[in-house]
Amino acid sequence: MKPKKCSLATLAVNILVFVVLTIIFIVPFIYILLMASKSSKEAALLAFSLPAKNLFIRNLMDVIAYGNFRMFRALINSTVLTVASVALIVVFGSLFAFVAQRKNDRVASLAMGLLLIGLMIPPAVVPTVFWLQKLKIYKTMFGMVMIDVALFMSFATMIFRTSMAGIPRDLDEASFIDGATPLRIFFSVILPLLRPAIVTVVVTSSVNIFNDFVGPLYFLPGAKNITAPLTLYSFISQFSTQWNLLFANVVVISIIPLIIFIFFQNQLVSGMMGGAIKG
Amino acid sequence: MGKKSIHRSLQAAYPNWFYLPGVLTFVVFFIIPTVSAFYFSLTRWTLFEATFIGFENYVAFLSDPMLSIGLKNSLIYAFLTSATKTILALPLAVLLTSEILRFKGFYRSVVFFPVLVSTIAVGITFSILMQPNKGVINVALRALHLPHFDWLGDPRLALYSVIFVDVWKGIGIATVIYMAGILAIPQDYFDATKLDGGFWIRFRHVIIPLVRNSTFTIILLSFMGGLRTFDIVWAMTGGGPGFASDILTSVIYKQYQAGFYGLSTAGNVILFVLVTVLVLPLRTFFSSREIEL
Repeated sequence: MKPKKCSLATLAVNILVFVVLTIIFIVPFIYILLMASKSSKEAALLAFSLPAKNLFIRNLMDVIAYGNFRMFRALINSTVLTVASVALIVVFGSLFAFVAQRKNDRVASLAMGLLLIGLMIPPAVVPTVFWLQKLKIYKTMFGMVMIDVALFMSFATMIFRTSMAGIPRDLDEASFIDGATPLRIFFSVILPLLRPAIVTVVVTSSVNIFNDFVGPLYFLPGAKNITAPLTLYSFISQFSTQWNLLFANVVVISIIPLIIFIFFQNQLVSGMMGGAIKG
Repeated sequence: MGKKSIHRSLQAAYPNWFYLPGVLTFVVFFIIPTVSAFYFSLTRWTLFEATFIGFENYVAFLSDPMLSIGLKNSLIYAFLTSATKTILALPLAVLLTSEILRFKGFYRSVVFFPVLVSTIAVGITFSILMQPNKGVINVALRALHLPHFDWLGDPRLALYSVIFVDVWKGIGIATVIYMAGILAIPQDYFDATKLDGGFWIRFRHVIIPLVRNSTFTIILLSFMGGLRTFDIVWAMTGGGPGFASDILTSVIYKQYQAGFYGLSTAGNVILFVLVTVLVLPLRTFFSSREIEL
């Protein structure tokens, strides 16, 4: 009698979880796909219904072709921004963490303390615009990359420092005594061993930088500088009635994060848990 | 003597200039703007010229109800998103690590996926789902004969509707952190309650006390995140209707757009102070009460 009752309860829990989580987390995404497949007249009804005719591919094409293939420019800009920032974050952050963890002296704790400020305090936006103008790099990709490096480096360095602690000091000391230069030790001994941490940092920061809206809004304005999340934003102001295209736009800019998600799901999750590491 | 010189020479394997690229970038692009914000917040500022006006911007910020509402709403926003995520993520994480649930991997992905989607995209999607007449949420509520609302158009509700969407988007992170916490609990603790306890005893006397570190992390991360949120509010309500759902960061942006750079920066400094005053003590308190498993 007892096991049967137990399995009935188990079944009930499973069904309940399925229904609740599906409604809450999956239905909005299905809605996005349905809306992106409709004609603009049909989409204006905002209903959760199947399209009379599936126009998904055509809507995607329309969005990509819109405004002289502006979407390509946006995806290229976002990709360049993401790749450049993440590369610098990894190099700067791991160099920093390497010395800070190995020395562990007064300078190291001062330097780490400085970076910790960046984890807590949000950026000062208008003064940043001002200094970018002073440096003549306002509205440039270079300026935006440097801002993103500064803003995302703290988190990356924390992760690297924690991971450095697990790499035996004997390794670098041995190669130093063998005559390797510090740079050589770093690149050929330390960096390969930091690989899991690097993957974590690359995956989490690229998703964040690719989807970042606020940074480009303030520091990278201008039509030629458009990035993926901003295509959507300018879409609302121009085409608030063509919901089908708006949702097709949502689909297009979500493809890259989706790919990252599919390939790096485990690293993403462990990266998010890395947020649990405190300095 | 000999040992000391070996030690000193080994230090040469870790040259201080390795800090340089990172520190330089961080100082130029983060620290200098942050420090200079304190000065610019005391000025009437055109970006070319700054006239010192003392605390006028702060007085304006705190006395004008259109601006100070941002301060109040930011506090409500940070408190409610952080509390709700913490409270909802724990049972969700228990469920997603439990033995009786099937397809756990699938559900974990489902709960985590919104974290990866552009916030602007999520905001726009929900603002359409929440439309008062044709929006799917109200259509469903009407069909079920339940009360329905103008989620984003009613000034009393708008902020809370945005908070709901923020929780929806961000709960995946909190859930993952809790799952890590639960999986790290040694099996012995669960075995010890096998004899005298059902699920509730395990939840109340094993899980809750032993995932304390995760709870602290989630509260801190989501509280800090709540204070610095901007995009979701901007995508869903633009701070409206009126100023009803304005938070500090949206006020900062509006003043920036209007060309009141000094005022905008004063808002930014208020945000720094708020974060420091609230998060630092919380952090200290939490780290004094951390446990080791």
